[in-house]
Amino acid sequence: MLLSIKRLAKSFDDLEVLKDINMDIEKGTVVTIMGPSGSGKTTLLRCLNALEEPTNGVFSFDDGFTLDFQHKINKNDLLTLRRKSGMVFQSYNLFPHKTAIENVTEGPIIVQRRSKEEVYEQANNLLKKVGLEDKKDLYPHQLSGGQQQRVGIARALAIEPDLLLFDEPTSALDPELVGDVLSVIKDLANEGWTIVIVTHEVQFAQQVSDQVIFMDGGYIVEQGPPEKVLQNPSENRTQQFLQRILNP
Amino acid sequence: MVKMSLQNNVLLTVAEGATGWELIEKSFWPMVEGAIKFTIPLTLISFTLGLIIALITAVMRLSNSKILRAPAIIYVSAIRGTPLLVQLFIVFYGMPSIGLTIDPFPSAVIAFSLNVGAYASEIIRASISSIPKGQWEAGYSVGMTYRTTLRRIILPQASRVSIPPLSNSFISLVKDTSLASLILVAELFRRAQEIAARTYEFMIIYVEAAVLYWVVCFLLSIGQEALERRLDRYIAK
Ligand SMILES: Nc1ncnc2c1ncn2[C@@H]1O[C@H](COP(=O)(O)OP(=O)(O)OP(=O)(O)O)[C@@H](O)[C@H]1O
Ligand SMILES: [Mg+2]
Repeated sequence: MLLSIKRLAKSFDDLEVLKDINMDIEKGTVVTIMGPSGSGKTTLLRCLNALEEPTNGVFSFDDGFTLDFQHKINKNDLLTLRRKSGMVFQSYNLFPHKTAIENVTEGPIIVQRRSKEEVYEQANNLLKKVGLEDKKDLYPHQLSGGQQQRVGIARALAIEPDLLLFDEPTSALDPELVGDVLSVIKDLANEGWTIVIVTHEVQFAQQVSDQVIFMDGGYIVEQGPPEKVLQNPSENRTQQFLQRILNP
Repeated sequence: MVKMSLQNNVLLTVAEGATGWELIEKSFWPMVEGAIKFTIPLTLISFTLGLIIALITAVMRLSNSKILRAPAIIYVSAIRGTPLLVQLFIVFYGMPSIGLTIDPFPSAVIAFSLNVGAYASEIIRASISSIPKGQWEAGYSVGMTYRTTLRRIILPQASRVSIPPLSNSFISLVKDTSLASLILVAELFRRAQEIAARTYEFMIIYVEAAVLYWVVCFLLSIGQEALERRLDRYIAK
């Protein structure tokens, strides 16, 4: 097990957004998170990437690194947590002043201080993997949404994180661009990356997920293999939600 | 460090009773010399120091810590709330009475740097704030600290936003340095005053000074456009 999350809670002032989240992430598996708007999916991913600091709960990693948010967490531990995962954002958030390949090399060179030569070779391979080797010297504004998102994926892969986080990676894309991005993610799943993804692409979730989590109101309502949660959900709320997104 | 101008012999080189063109010819080099020796160095040094002060102040103002924010807010408010000429006089005429005598040129550098620092810090702060939050988060998500994200991701983008207003401050500073004439710095305008006082040709001499300032500012604005074009290469058009 790569990461075990216990009793995770997050509030913004008086608003409790995550309440008692318990989940395990096995190494090399894909966990899909679904749920209605405002249920706390993004907040959960942001807690994993230390973009938000949880109010309570415990993260334990397989290497022994453990954070108990009941106590004040120091900056270094937050940084360690952040560096365990790579995030792919819904709105890409590429660095507009850097070319595609510079977006990919920035983390490894500046943060990890790896050699430029090695990093550029890796970045070239990553851009090839996401189908953008011929676009590597373009700036983000010269790329389509789908291309930008694939650069975003390459950027997250380049830092070689234990955990890849995707927050609705295709929901800002035109329908005809969604396929390319999903197929890249599928390849990553097959290569054995550990992935947590928020998505409403049910068919995709069926195919790639090892575990599906359905959230509502800051709680995990239901979790289990996709055959169970997506095809035969036991909770009312899950059924209603799936019906709504399958027959809009 | 600086030889002062009261006994300056510029006066003597411009003859009394010269015709208009002769007057311009004779006064031209002393004024250009004032610009090259004082106006331009004073502007460049003060602006550079001012930018450093501004960056530090802006980052302090954006910090979460009250202890860092408070002095930055007070500094900016005090500078913006008082006339530049008064600030110059405090440094040059005021400091000696608390035992700190500073030469005219360094006095001017101190006053102008502090002045630019306050105004430019507001420009830099606004330009940092204008960068979307997602850029900070993208920096963090590849493992960067606050500092690294600021330096590598935010400031390069903010600098593009802040170039037009900072260029305005820079050009204003060129003109404001004429106030240094009042604390005895032998810059362009003080040269003009000395020549005018001697020849009584106020119109010719002061218009000539104005044209010289104009030329300097015009050249600077060309430089500004070139810089903007260079930084624009990643911006969608
Ligand atoms: N920084 C914040 N400050 C205050 N409230 C916040 C903040 N971030 C999120 N929230 C609130 O937390 C709740 C959960 O938000 P979150 O973005 O996690 O939902 P989500 O499940 O990702 O929704 P969506 O499907 O619309 O993306 C919402 O009510 C939101 O308004
Ligand atoms: Mg969301």
